[in-house]
Amino acid sequence: MIHSKAVETTVGVFIALGLAAILVLALKVSNMNMFDADDGYTIIANFDNIGGLKVRSPVKMSGVLVGRVSDISYDDETYEAVAEITIDPKYAKIPEDSTANIYTAGLLGEQYISLDAGGAEDYLADGGQIEITQSAVVLEQVIGQVMFDKASGDDEE
Amino acid sequence: MIRSLGRMGINAFGWLGRSWIFLFYVISGIFGALKRWRDLFAQLYSVGVLSLVIIIVSGFFVGMVLGLQGYNTLSDFGADESLGVFVSLTLVRELGPVVAALLFAGRAGSALTAEIGLMKSTEQLAAMEMMAVDPLHRVVAPRLLAGILAMPLLAAIFSAVGVYGGYFVGVGLLGVDDGAFWSQMQSAVDFNGDVMNGIIKSLVFGFVVTWIAVFEGYDAVPTSEGIGRATTRTVVNSSLAILGLDFILTAIMF
Repeated sequence: MIHSKAVETTVGVFIALGLAAILVLALKVSNMNMFDADDGYTIIANFDNIGGLKVRSPVKMSGVLVGRVSDISYDDETYEAVAEITIDPKYAKIPEDSTANIYTAGLLGEQYISLDAGGAEDYLADGGQIEITQSAVVLEQVIGQVMFDKASGDDEE
Repeated sequence: MIRSLGRMGINAFGWLGRSWIFLFYVISGIFGALKRWRDLFAQLYSVGVLSLVIIIVSGFFVGMVLGLQGYNTLSDFGADESLGVFVSLTLVRELGPVVAALLFAGRAGSALTAEIGLMKSTEQLAAMEMMAVDPLHRVVAPRLLAGILAMPLLAAIFSAVGVYGGYFVGVGLLGVDDGAFWSQMQSAVDFNGDVMNGIIKSLVFGFVVTWIAVFEGYDAVPTSEGIGRATTRTVVNSSLAILGLDFILTAIMF
């Protein structure tokens, strides 16, 4: 049997190495220090079509991540999709008349909500609603539009 | 013919029953094993520290291969910035726990079986019983506990080293952007959903592999041939158990 002091030291190194690896996975790989979705405030935005938006999709202002989509549901009174957005409490000053658009990151990338600041004096509070929204661009609709325009253009000639 | 089928069934159920009874005896001794922490440390040394080299080296190579293969496929779509996501999710969710557990079964599991089997054939276990020391509590329990504790640490080291292996190939050799590699990885990998589930997987694998290893050693026919067979059975059975359980755990978790 190896000397017990040496065993204890190497086992200590092993455990430290293992915990360090978990820490690397937590902080470097998965970025755990990002804000917790529970302690932000929630605002609501209704969209005609949310496209490929998912729960946990990013919400950005000027390209900066300010929050995440925390819940998506369907309102069968207004026939609209309701996206619940949790905003990091650091960003408490979002004007009330801000607009929400659904954009796509890159050609094939994920979809995200982009908030564009308005000019109102009052800020959105917990439970507030964004009135002006623009739906996701659905590729089939765009193609359909282009083809329709082209076809109607040909008629005029 | 019918008789041999019946004997096979009886043997299989006898084996299954013995392994469960064995497990309950051992688990009842786990608190005692926690108190004898010197024994536990010695076992952590032999199953954990001695497996470290193979885990680190294979983790690095697996990460590098993932980096190469992922780059070749992703660059076809112009998405080579997603290499970090690909490498880290593959490692953290699947390859880390599974490959580390397979290596663990080959490296530490076989050694455990041979050690306990030899103790049995040289009648050390019987001698302990004669001295009113329960070998299941004294010999087996610290080994089982050490296996359960060491496996998640080894799997985490495997994944972390593998991510750096992928980073080395992707960013260092193939020229993927450094910032995009890490930032896309961080936005795609969820700590609770991905990293923790991987750790839970490796806990389960550690438990199952060590259980199979110590049971096969304890149940071995106490001859040199019997110990050889038991060692082989440990590696085969625990590899099958790892892969089967991995499918079930993945289906439940993700």
